[in-house]
Amino acid sequence: MAIGVTTTPEKSKPSGSIINDPQVRGIFYQVITVIILVAVVYWIADNTIENLKRANIASGYGFLNGRAGFDVGQSLIAYTSDSTYGRALVVGFFNTLLVAVTGIITATIIGFVVGIGRLSHNWLIAKLSLAYVEVFRNIPPLLVIFFWYSGVLAVLPQPRESAALPLNIFLNNRGIAFPKPVFGDGSQYVFYTFVIAVIASFFVARYARIKQEATGQRFPLLWTVLGLVVGLPLVAFLATGSPITFDVPVAGKFNLTGGSVIGPEFLSLFLALSFYTAAFIAEIVRAGIRGVSKGQTEAAHALGVRPGLTTRLVVVPQAMRIIIPPLTSQYLNLTKNSSLAIAIGYADLVAVGGTILNQTGQAIEVVSIWIIVYLSLSLTTSLLMNWFNARMALVER
Amino acid sequence: MARRILTALVGAAVMGIGAHAASAATLDDVKAKGFVQCGVNTGLAGFAAPDASGNWSGFDVDYCKAIAAAIFADGTKVKYTPTSAKERFPALQSGEVDVLARNTTWTINRDTALGFNFRPVNYYDGQGFMVRKGLNVKSALELSGAAVCVQTGTTTELNLADYFKSNNLQYNPVVFEKLEEVNAAYDAGRCDVYTTDQSGLYSLRLTLSKPDDHMILPEIISKEPLGPAVRQGDDQWFDIVSWVHYALIQAEEFGVTQANVEEMKKSPNPDVQRFLGVEADSKIGTDLGLTNEWAVNIIKAVGNYGEVFDRNIGAGSPLKIERGLNALWSKGGIQYAPPVR
Repeated sequence: MAIGVTTTPEKSKPSGSIINDPQVRGIFYQVITVIILVAVVYWIADNTIENLKRANIASGYGFLNGRAGFDVGQSLIAYTSDSTYGRALVVGFFNTLLVAVTGIITATIIGFVVGIGRLSHNWLIAKLSLAYVEVFRNIPPLLVIFFWYSGVLAVLPQPRESAALPLNIFLNNRGIAFPKPVFGDGSQYVFYTFVIAVIASFFVARYARIKQEATGQRFPLLWTVLGLVVGLPLVAFLATGSPITFDVPVAGKFNLTGGSVIGPEFLSLFLALSFYTAAFIAEIVRAGIRGVSKGQTEAAHALGVRPGLTTRLVVVPQAMRIIIPPLTSQYLNLTKNSSLAIAIGYADLVAVGGTILNQTGQAIEVVSIWIIVYLSLSLTTSLLMNWFNARMALVER
Repeated sequence: MARRILTALVGAAVMGIGAHAASAATLDDVKAKGFVQCGVNTGLAGFAAPDASGNWSGFDVDYCKAIAAAIFADGTKVKYTPTSAKERFPALQSGEVDVLARNTTWTINRDTALGFNFRPVNYYDGQGFMVRKGLNVKSALELSGAAVCVQTGTTTELNLADYFKSNNLQYNPVVFEKLEEVNAAYDAGRCDVYTTDQSGLYSLRLTLSKPDDHMILPEIISKEPLGPAVRQGDDQWFDIVSWVHYALIQAEEFGVTQANVEEMKKSPNPDVQRFLGVEADSKIGTDLGLTNEWAVNIIKAVGNYGEVFDRNIGAGSPLKIERGLNALWSKGGIQYAPPVR
């Protein structure tokens, strides 16, 4: 009965005029806001177009089809100075993507190791991890980049006195040169068997899990997968008569010629972003693990689960639910910080776009492309991480 | 990044909001604010560089001073905006600077699509290459496979690509935005070759840790006519900037110097009298929107073209660049001024 009374929330009729109706007021303010917003956007756009005309500056995106005329130091896709501005931007985009993806992977690995290390009972490991986090977290990322570029990589020897590492890898101030595989006739079989091995490993892992769940027996998964992924292609490689050879770098007139080279610009950006972001990820991981109730660990120990397995099977899966949302922010930060590339001349989207901006004078267009690309990259990352988060989230019954 | 996009956005916003700023009479604006805002290089010895106490000097800086002297009879009424190669054009387009005197090459694209005007060429330059002597390179054609340091957003970057392509040479571009960064990278051995305008190479060599270890190759691979640039659509301002240069040239031709300018006013030569604004009923400066003394004021402030050249980049400077193409037309060069009449 009490319920019956409260379920009819009296619509407080305006006592006097319509002005005092909260609903009408709400709509009124929203309409006003939208009108102001549209007017401001229109005013800015109109003024911009008018002034560009007045200043005799051509506008529009037609310039993207023009011949770029400049070369780019590092490119993942085919590019020459005859390519278009549009393609140059794509080159820059892929370079940004490359450093972001590799950086995210490395930062995550370092971050997890250091984060777990901070909770270690080993005094030295815990303190080293603490020092790592405090040092890298408190330095601006640009300085970390300069540290790697000027402090570490630039003091390496000249190309003519390259430091020779094992496996025909050479290190000098132009980067790391390493043997490039040359795929001869028959090498496709090696690739096919590798793909088959990966698929097979997937099924073996499934089988192992089902078996363990059914019988409690553990299957030596790691060694089986390793044997499959390395062994099968190796057999194929030998059976087809060693079709893959290596192009080894040798000293040329100016630089090492042959082989593949990773330039110091990419290396320092990649290392700096990884190390810098890893410090934040380590803290997130630590917070996540701390967030798992101590009772969980104690319960696992009481059941006789070893400490390593406790961390892997009990603590981390629960911690992931706390870790993933802030981790997404760090991935976004890393992607955006990659635009600091310009300080060391790595040809990322901003650097290439800047060159185009300067040559064509299309400032507004280029800036709009930058904004759209970074926005899309960040939103895609968020989307992926949200999906991952939804999968990892606690399934409540 | 954030700062960079912000700058660009502010630039865009300035274009959007400052509706009429860029198109009004620049001379009136300059007179109203009391100084010339001059876009210069961030630091290129001989052309534009600040000293320890922040005073700018150099060839391009003297042009800024000359313009200020023509307007205010005072060469110190200048404010300098150091710009990188990339920042310079938006700075001029948006009205942040009144004139760009920053070793800028006159090209058809910049003259048309970018909305600028060029006329006088104050320095005829060409692109060259600098290498370490230890490499034993004697010609640019031997540079295949080299790593080349270059500043982004310059005609240099484009000439480089074209030259290596047309000669079937391979190279690895190492590109930086700021001149200082290119210098540091070359000095540290990140690249084998440094390419920019030859005048720039002479200037930069002085700043390297061991200047004598480096040599400039004989090839000149491009035409680089450098000159002051202004925005399109203000003919009066364009005329003033152009005629400041021609006055400097004309003064050298007449033999008018910083030291003898007052004396020369009494010259019996009617051409000189007209040039220095002492002719009766002269309108030689007022037609430009200046005073008839404008040429005198320029020469008092910086001297004639020859003096400006020698003091900053020529025989009287550490750069010791030959006059070459930049000698007067009467002395084997191509520096020439239309008649002041």
